[in-house]
Amino acid sequence: MTAYRYDGTFAGFLTCVWDALESGAEPVEFLLPDDEAALWETRELAADAGRARRLYAALSRRVSPEFQALIARGFLTCLPQKELALLELIRRGLREGDRVRQDLSDPVMAKVNLALTKMWTEWDHLKGFVRFSDLDGCLVGEIEPKNRVLPLLASHFAERYSGERLVLYDRTHHEVFLSDRGRWKLLPGSDFRMGPAGAEERAFRAMWRTYYQTIAIEGRLNPKCQSTHMPKRYRHVMTEFLTDEEMESRLPGQPAKALEKDHTNQLPP
Amino acid sequence: MEVMDKLTILADAAKYDAACTSSGVIRGGKPGGIGTATNSGCCHTFSADGRCVSLLKVLYTNHCCYDCAYCVNRRSNDVPRTAFTPRELAELTIQFYRRNYIEGLFLSSAVLKSPDFTTERMIETLRLLRTEYCFNGYIHAKAIPGADPGLTYELGLLADRLSVNIELPSEGSLRLLAPDKSKSAIFKPMAQIRDGAAQSKAELKLYRHAPRFAPAGQSTQMIVGATPESDRHILSLTEGLYQKYRLKRVFFSAYMPVSDHKNLPAPMGFQPPLLREHRLYQADWLLRFYGFTAQEILDEDHPNFDEALDPKSDWALRHPEFFPVEVNRADYEAILRVPGIGMRGARKIVTARRYGPLSFEGLKRLGVVMKRAQYFITCSGRMLPGLRFGPDSVYRRLTGLEQGASGGEGWQQLSLFNGDVS
Repeated sequence: MTAYRYDGTFAGFLTCVWDALESGAEPVEFLLPDDEAALWETRELAADAGRARRLYAALSRRVSPEFQALIARGFLTCLPQKELALLELIRRGLREGDRVRQDLSDPVMAKVNLALTKMWTEWDHLKGFVRFSDLDGCLVGEIEPKNRVLPLLASHFAERYSGERLVLYDRTHHEVFLSDRGRWKLLPGSDFRMGPAGAEERAFRAMWRTYYQTIAIEGRLNPKCQSTHMPKRYRHVMTEFLTDEEMESRLPGQPAKALEKDHTNQLPP
Repeated sequence: MEVMDKLTILADAAKYDAACTSSGVIRGGKPGGIGTATNSGCCHTFSADGRCVSLLKVLYTNHCCYDCAYCVNRRSNDVPRTAFTPRELAELTIQFYRRNYIEGLFLSSAVLKSPDFTTERMIETLRLLRTEYCFNGYIHAKAIPGADPGLTYELGLLADRLSVNIELPSEGSLRLLAPDKSKSAIFKPMAQIRDGAAQSKAELKLYRHAPRFAPAGQSTQMIVGATPESDRHILSLTEGLYQKYRLKRVFFSAYMPVSDHKNLPAPMGFQPPLLREHRLYQADWLLRFYGFTAQEILDEDHPNFDEALDPKSDWALRHPEFFPVEVNRADYEAILRVPGIGMRGARKIVTARRYGPLSFEGLKRLGVVMKRAQYFITCSGRMLPGLRFGPDSVYRRLTGLEQGASGGEGWQQLSLFNGDVS
């Protein structure tokens, strides 16, 4: 019985997988640097970029590109001990080939697929529910997702607002998305505070709130249906449910400072 | 008048339009422009009535020269009137879009002076958005019946989707409640949009840069519950619209009492037929995605929905000869007809059974919900072990599920102590 402790990155995870495949270890737990010590013998591995890259390429070559994507996307989900499930799938994939993707009624596969479905749902929700504020010509927003969807949202917003400067902060995973006229970058970040809005921004927020109130038909009020489509957990960062004061006291960030960092290096969209 | 006041009045006047979809067209970002469009559309928020808000849905103006009894904007109604200027509306759209409040604009209008004059104002707004602001997002525009075909064509070149509301499900009702509109005036632009879109598609195959006319197709809407048509009539009409006019969507809108006209249901104590509207949408889905025909869903003996049961379960109970369906062998189309199994479930079943035979446990792990499906399927020749039922008890159990699901008004809560439920 062993446990792996790694740095929480995808490369770190793949390094552990490499080790498990090579040594035949059957880990029962994956730990992050801050987690408490496990009962079992713990192996601490530093991310090895070379091994990670070779294993990642092998997933596509030896199994299939779709399988590779399944593992990479699966790593972004918030499934507890997702590493164990993904390790199990990688083992099976390397043994059985791409056929494993059809085995949807397998308990591990079903678990990963369910987590993925939830992640894509959250991604789809946030494409619509993200709210930006115009602060000195820069569009600033904030999300608090369960899954790490910011990397998936990045290309969507960079393309949609290809002429704008954008900052989108992920409170859960402490990550910032920066985009300057279509060129974008993801950076780790914390302690983010949003500045106060100007008069024009406040005017548009007010108009949006009014529009939102007006568009509902009184005779058809249906809060249950509303919550089914838009769970309440999204609302605490949405303009139409907040006053200006609430927005400024709750939304953290210092966009001007964050923007000074290198955000011009082009990443593939 | 401030833009804020105009927005309040003109959004309030537009809210009875059901359609707020932004689907049907894929467009990447353009350098120097703003906006993209995706095939499945995007909901940006949900209003307190549970409806998706995807587009900024406003009227260009609520000054109207018509007097349709069911409409809040009829000229005899005493409400404040106003109109946007094209510049105001374009600016508002862009500013809302930048903040990710909306997916685009849904521009409708009351008829100011004449259909032509109104359409010209709408074209001006859209042209400003598309050319000056380089807006690349979604635009849905209402074609005004009676406008010059040339103007409607111009509108369709700027918009992604056009729609013409047929308003009421029969010509008789139209004559009664909307004396200024006629059936032919409504169907003429509809046919024009259909032909224009088909022609544009054909031209695009030859020339990559051919102008795109209404690439996301057209939709329509009708009011349900203001006039006496049966569900069967409405559903056949819907099917006809999909087939003959190649519509992308038909929307139903439960009549809200906005007027005390003598030809309309009395507003006092009138309950909008929300459940009926819901059943119509369920049936509409069966038409579009599940391979049902209107005749199958409702026939001469059943002209109206059984409101206690969804249309798919209703059909299944009337066709015992079709069931049980064997999930390990049946075609995709047959699996789709099982109540409780949707397109996603059916696709998963077809994929997963390639790996190995499916059991009931396996089905549950796939995410197939068994509460309805269990009565209609077998796994490797067996029904769910321990399940006992007859035709009557299935009806009772299925309607019981519906009561739990809708939970709203008009339904009685099941109670252990209520003798007449069992």
